[in-house]
Amino acid sequence: MDIFVQQLVNGLTLGAVYAVVALGYTMVYGIIQLINFAHGEVVMIGAMVAFTVIRRLADAGLPPVLVVLIGTACAVPVCMAVGYAMERLAYRPLRRAPRLAPLITAIGVSIVLQHLAMLIWSRNVLAFPQIIPAVSFTIAGASVTGVQIAILGVCFAMMAALALLVYRTRLGRAMRATAQNPQVAALMGVDVNRVIATTFVIGAALAAVAGVLYGTYYGVVQYTFGSLLGLKAFAAAVLGGIGNIPGAMLGGLLLGIVEALGAGYIGDFSDLCSYGLGPAERCADGGHFVLFGSNYQDVFAFLVLILVLVFRPSGILGERVGDRA
Amino acid sequence: MKRRFAWAGLLLVAVTLAVLPFALAQAGTSWVRITNLAILYTLLALGLNIVVGFAGLLDLGYIAFYAVGAYAYALLASPHFGLHLPFWAILPIGAAVAAFCGILLGAPTLKLRGDYLAIVTLGFGEIVRIFLNNLSQPVNITRGPQGIAGIDPVRLAGIDFAKTDALFGLTVSGPIKYYYLLLVLMLGIILVNLRLQNSRIGRAWEAIREDEVAARAMGIHTTRLKLLAFAMGATFGGVAGGMFAAIQGFISPESFILVESVMVVSMVVLGGMGNIWGVILGAMLLSFVPEILRWTVEPAQEALFGRIVIEPEVIRMLIFGLALVLVMLFRPAGLLPSAVRKRELTVQGPEKVVS
Amino acid sequence: MTNARLALTLLAASIALIGCGEDKKPEAKQAPVAQEKKAPPPPQTIEIKIGHVAPLTGGNAHLGKDNENGARLALEEANAAKVTIEGKQANFVLVPEDDQEDPKVGTTVAQKLVDAKVAGVVGHLNSGTSIPASPIYSQAGIPVISGSATNPKLTEQGFKTQFRVVGRDDQQGPAIASYLAEQKKPKLVAVVDDASAYGEGIANEVEKTLKAANVKVLPREKGTNKTVDWKAILTKLKGRNPDAVFYGGMTSTAGPMLKQGRELGVKAVFLFGDGACEGEMAKLAGEAAEGFLCSQAGIPPMASDKKFLDSFKKKFGEDPKQYSPFTYDAANLLIEAMKKANSADPVKYLPELAKINFKGATGQIAFDDKGDRKDAEITISVMKGGKLEPVAVVKAGKTIAFDDFVKGAGAAPAVAPAAEPAKAEEKKDEPKK
Repeated sequence: MDIFVQQLVNGLTLGAVYAVVALGYTMVYGIIQLINFAHGEVVMIGAMVAFTVIRRLADAGLPPVLVVLIGTACAVPVCMAVGYAMERLAYRPLRRAPRLAPLITAIGVSIVLQHLAMLIWSRNVLAFPQIIPAVSFTIAGASVTGVQIAILGVCFAMMAALALLVYRTRLGRAMRATAQNPQVAALMGVDVNRVIATTFVIGAALAAVAGVLYGTYYGVVQYTFGSLLGLKAFAAAVLGGIGNIPGAMLGGLLLGIVEALGAGYIGDFSDLCSYGLGPAERCADGGHFVLFGSNYQDVFAFLVLILVLVFRPSGILGERVGDRA
Repeated sequence: MKRRFAWAGLLLVAVTLAVLPFALAQAGTSWVRITNLAILYTLLALGLNIVVGFAGLLDLGYIAFYAVGAYAYALLASPHFGLHLPFWAILPIGAAVAAFCGILLGAPTLKLRGDYLAIVTLGFGEIVRIFLNNLSQPVNITRGPQGIAGIDPVRLAGIDFAKTDALFGLTVSGPIKYYYLLLVLMLGIILVNLRLQNSRIGRAWEAIREDEVAARAMGIHTTRLKLLAFAMGATFGGVAGGMFAAIQGFISPESFILVESVMVVSMVVLGGMGNIWGVILGAMLLSFVPEILRWTVEPAQEALFGRIVIEPEVIRMLIFGLALVLVMLFRPAGLLPSAVRKRELTVQGPEKVVS
Repeated sequence: MTNARLALTLLAASIALIGCGEDKKPEAKQAPVAQEKKAPPPPQTIEIKIGHVAPLTGGNAHLGKDNENGARLALEEANAAKVTIEGKQANFVLVPEDDQEDPKVGTTVAQKLVDAKVAGVVGHLNSGTSIPASPIYSQAGIPVISGSATNPKLTEQGFKTQFRVVGRDDQQGPAIASYLAEQKKPKLVAVVDDASAYGEGIANEVEKTLKAANVKVLPREKGTNKTVDWKAILTKLKGRNPDAVFYGGMTSTAGPMLKQGRELGVKAVFLFGDGACEGEMAKLAGEAAEGFLCSQAGIPPMASDKKFLDSFKKKFGEDPKQYSPFTYDAANLLIEAMKKANSADPVKYLPELAKINFKGATGQIAFDDKGDRKDAEITISVMKGGKLEPVAVVKAGKTIAFDDFVKGAGAAPAVAPAAEPAKAEEKKDEPKK
């Protein structure tokens, strides 16, 4: 039983990282119906910048949490700049173009960012300095580290802050208006270009935070980790309902749990020997005939995406996208 | 007069193509191999052109069909299962399997919006690759990451394509033989594409691409036609995959990663979506980029900096990425646009309300 | 139609241009292998080209360069020693090529070397490119010796021209598995791999050997070569409580696995293959790295012949990274076979190569009938205090404690047993794009 709880904890933490990234996706899609393929790369850049800063400060004798915060504080502006540049240079000129165009552009931007990062930080796997002391607690038989609790906390805080922004401020109202109908919003006096740019920038800031969380949690970063993470986070956003902020959160956490539990249990569930169905020579002597092992872990995200899109395209909590003229 | 020029031009092209491999072989058979790979990519681009260019369905997982065709060939003509079916039997089987996969992919995605379709096809491409990589347990079907080696070369009409023969005093090496086979395939696919484009099916695809609702209102069976687009595109991908397996003699899931799908999409986009000649140009250009880079950028960097500062591989990917972005910004219909697409993709309407 | 015609003409013109252009820049013309210099000052020289293939760009470029350096050193020493072949003084020339770890490029450069009529090839580095290239060399009859490709399939294809001087994954796996079974006597072992050709291959061998030794093995768990989150799998394993966990994969994924394993409280001893047998593990896993075991094909670079180590350091200013002692030996084997046959013609010296018996920097080398090295050594090391220390050498099925091996081998290691194989991000048979 405690294994199950442990898997849940693992899944929740993984899901929290997905959720923070998904928030960025969902915001951008909600406002201009663009899947920002390059979002995952922005997460990666955030992690890399934080890595550089933290590595420099690792021996400075400052309290570890402060070092991480400084790293984040450096990563966020860099990512915001990248986000703004992306929007301004690559997406804004294509705002009225058919959907195919910005999608292809996004792929191009993603490739460019990835390889620029590779040039700057090299191809190697980089080890995040292990400065945060490992404290672990045992909750219901599962070991939970301090970092995991921090990640969950940060995730909820981010969601709360974003929800506050979108539903309680003028900027948020402008964002919602632009999402619903850009032309009318413009007529109402909203500076649509600025609002969209701000959305990108906020999404990029969230991406930076997600990157730091990732680096601190797993301890390793490489220039390639952004793309798969981004895809999975997008699946999470769709699962929860694209354009929907609590949806992104829910989708992220759910996807994390599905992946963790799936990887943990699918091997056992698809072991034909345990059902007495497997071939005799393989099952003899406590042997196993596993159809789908943990190797299919990555497939879950894609499967979830396909299933959601086929059976409930608006996601669990319903999507919130405007009509694109 | 014009007629005569057209025929002369065609003759020139035909002679060039026929003599090309021997000219290249003078510089080294490796150039023939490089050309063969370029033709394979062209086949892929032409196949994807049907899906993206004609029917307007952005498929980011196209390499999955390439993989299916390659593995179908490998499983039927290698020591792995001990099967050694002849070439003319395997190619149709591979094509059929790929077409089936195309329909499998198409069926659940019919109702999806353009961007969702892109992601789902991407997911499908990855799922196929992961399955191919992991179907070595519990039953060893694809040999997983080890890949399948010792794939039979093509043996057609008594000619073994892997051996070098002498013909009329010329050395005809394996790659040269494959060149001609690939050339024939490419010409065949070009012909099929041209006929498709100007047929009822092609026009129906165009209608679906421009406005699906209106198309359906006009009585066009959108479901069937979309599935047909996927299936046809997949078939060509599968055929190309089979040839790839035969030529290289060894395949593994590592050859069918997402980057390859993106490359083929780049070729189609850069060359000119929907325009067959544009797509061929795009594919040829982007296939020879690594060689061009190796000849120009590497020595230039060595001369300037004494070492390689930016690897050609990285420059190549940067070029791809930038090409995608720049093409979409400035020439969204590609280098050799089809007039129709150009009209569709250029930003329309009154100048922006907000500036 | 005008558009199409224009495009067609453009296409034809460009193809013609490329065709003509390529004629003007020949890759390598029919350079005869034997070249008589009609120069007044004797002795007459014969130019012998030896190709070398490895990734010189990409993730393993540093290893590729290291391999090339090993071969280069061998050729230079041979030139300095004024070797005589066919009555003329041999001038060995290295033809280095970059295969970018991509099978497609690997076959292209193999063809290039064949076109250039090299006398022999040292390479490739990765099994993933060596395997598809081997038929090309075989058809041309050019012997090729790899110093680092460990996939068993390479020499199982039956090509008489394919050799290797490094141990195979199906020798490494059993080596570490039998060490584990004998020394630690585990009751239950978990085997995990990264679903790559290398990882799965070595994990399969380990599982086979353990089962043959009557050790219970859990069902295989797999990740990918990019998996960073191992918690799900590790938690599942923790529930089964194995005494040991073997992981077939590279450092970039092994490090996080080790770290997360200890975080979750997995108490098993971790073992890895040579993909994760390097000092970098200490950085990635921190304190969790203490006490893990790993195997390496061959002997640690620091245990190879002292003379080689000194010359290498002198010429290149750094220690050998990983497989350069092997490529050094490979190049020397080619040269030695040519000397024995007194000919640089592959037809003549190939039989000599097949039956050669030669003392190289990595020990005594002879080939079996498949082209593999007879009695290849495997070293088992343990991570102690942030450094890898060799504890045993497994040779021909027998496990010898490392100190005894060193005494027995005669060639004193340059450095005391705390050998630290240098950084290697990804290794040989990971066919990477």
